[in-house]
Amino acid sequence: MNIVEKILARGSGREKVSPDDVIFADIDKVMVHDVSGPGVIKVFDKLRKQGINVDKLWDSSKVWVAEDHFVPSAEKISAENIVKLQNFTKNYGIEKHFKYGMGQYGICHTLSHEEALVLPGEVYVGGDSHTNTTGALGAFACGLGHTDIAYVLLNGKIWFKVPETLYFKLNGKLPDHVMAKDLILKIIGDIGTDGGAYRTMQFGGSGIDEMSVESRLTLCNMTTEAGAKNGIVEPDQKVVDYLTSRGASNITLVKGDSDAEYAKVYEYESSEMEPTVAKPFSPDNTVVVREAPNVDLDKSYIGSCTGAKYEDLEAAAKILKGRKVKIRTEVLPAAISIYKRAMENGLLKIFLDAGATVGPPTCGACCGAHMGVLAKDEICISTTNRNFPGRMGHVESQTYLSSPLVAAASAVTGKITDPRDLN
Amino acid sequence: MEKFKKIKTIVTPLDQVNVDTDQIVPKQFLKLIQKSGFGKYLFFNWRYDENENQKKDFILNDKKYQNSKILVTGENFGCGSSREHAVWALQDYGFSVIIAPSFADIFFSNCFKNGILPIKLEEKNVEKLKHESGELEVDLENQILKTNSEQISFDIDSHKKKILLEGLDDISQTLQFEDKISEFEKQSKIPSVL
Repeated sequence: MNIVEKILARGSGREKVSPDDVIFADIDKVMVHDVSGPGVIKVFDKLRKQGINVDKLWDSSKVWVAEDHFVPSAEKISAENIVKLQNFTKNYGIEKHFKYGMGQYGICHTLSHEEALVLPGEVYVGGDSHTNTTGALGAFACGLGHTDIAYVLLNGKIWFKVPETLYFKLNGKLPDHVMAKDLILKIIGDIGTDGGAYRTMQFGGSGIDEMSVESRLTLCNMTTEAGAKNGIVEPDQKVVDYLTSRGASNITLVKGDSDAEYAKVYEYESSEMEPTVAKPFSPDNTVVVREAPNVDLDKSYIGSCTGAKYEDLEAAAKILKGRKVKIRTEVLPAAISIYKRAMENGLLKIFLDAGATVGPPTCGACCGAHMGVLAKDEICISTTNRNFPGRMGHVESQTYLSSPLVAAASAVTGKITDPRDLN
Repeated sequence: MEKFKKIKTIVTPLDQVNVDTDQIVPKQFLKLIQKSGFGKYLFFNWRYDENENQKKDFILNDKKYQNSKILVTGENFGCGSSREHAVWALQDYGFSVIIAPSFADIFFSNCFKNGILPIKLEEKNVEKLKHESGELEVDLENQILKTNSEQISFDIDSHKKKILLEGLDDISQTLQFEDKISEFEKQSKIPSVL
């Protein structure tokens, strides 16, 4: 069995599972946020009306709640949703509720690794499509709709069809100035936005051994944009160290068998990768930066679960140090813990000296919610994950998806810029 | 949930691939969690201009399709964000059946939770149906689509078919067996966590 099959076999109490088996798996962790949480509350209300008892969750210690999409609240509906969420966690005794303005909080997927909320080998579901991110820790992590999350909260289990696995073998180390984001954009460009549909995208090979945990998180995060059920990397010592330094203990490393089967194997030479962007209006509309259109950018956005981890900010700072931005540039660290490290290590000063604005952790403009959404005809380069029409604001705005290095280099020139071409 | 009955209406052809949930329900409506009424936000940016006047060239604004309950569209329908609001909007607007060559995973699963039947068909049949001017009958019981001139059969998982035909949803269905489940769990030796 490969790693996903092993995790799902353990989760469903079976000796062995194979692709297409339908299983009922125990869930180890569940996440809801300020959009899916109120959605779940709505489902609970409906069930209550049908006479179903929704007074107790299966295990509130395995549930955690993030405030991320619409915080800090820009208007009253968002504010009311936060109050609803607060009442929900109070009523159900959920202790892990990360509230803005009260210490650590941030984007749900970022908290999953920053707070070591999910461990290797676990079955983890979240009310958000980018739940795939956390597969980089060696967990089976996938997103579900509100009704399914409500079901898990009450029962602690849910059915899955065991996915087939596409194995991406990455050979060698990425060159300087090329990041995991460039690689995953290249892959999505090759396989398309439904190239991973219903399947697992697993990453392995020497390219993964060389890669930091945070880069692996970027790869798995973007598997959602290829339609994948989940993304996963077999956990190694780097994952153990990463999680242990964040307070985790008793980590067991689950790996696939040496004779594990994969539906298809793709090979990529990491050393041949180039800085890459996805043009509007789809993450698979990719082009290498040196061949990108010569457009005048209005904005550079360095934020989101995809592109505002500590490593991402460090990359952007490397470029912005001693330089000035030519276009509006926003940096939104993805969690308070990252914000603090960025402050302690002088990154925030670099951003501010360069002329960028530093904002609070939030999904913000990545989902077009607030905090710098785009006007009609504005063009943005962004470290986020999606560039569908209207995703970041006006339906006639445009977003190019890029790595933090490219977003920072482009902030300096006002054009889509390969970091290798900066003076 | 209401039981899924035989449906016979004209089809609404939406000739587009990779329709993502941001297009089905734009972000500004995600904050709203009232019980119903999401239909008015369906394809909001495609249906309305900046002054919220209907755009004449968008198919849903063509009166001809007003009573259609069947949407026929391109591959990878429902990709992107997992927002269940997308399904709520389609259902509230009046669609009961969506036919496409393929669907995004979470969206596909969300449909069954809300009484919508997503049907995967071969591309050539989807193309044919897009150009069907007469009414299409959707017979879930017999897994057949009937036009005036032909019949096309479709596949569906038998459990999902039952859910729709009997108007069950996963949660209420499972909770009917709560006693048996707790009984089983008492005896079960399955380790629940690692």
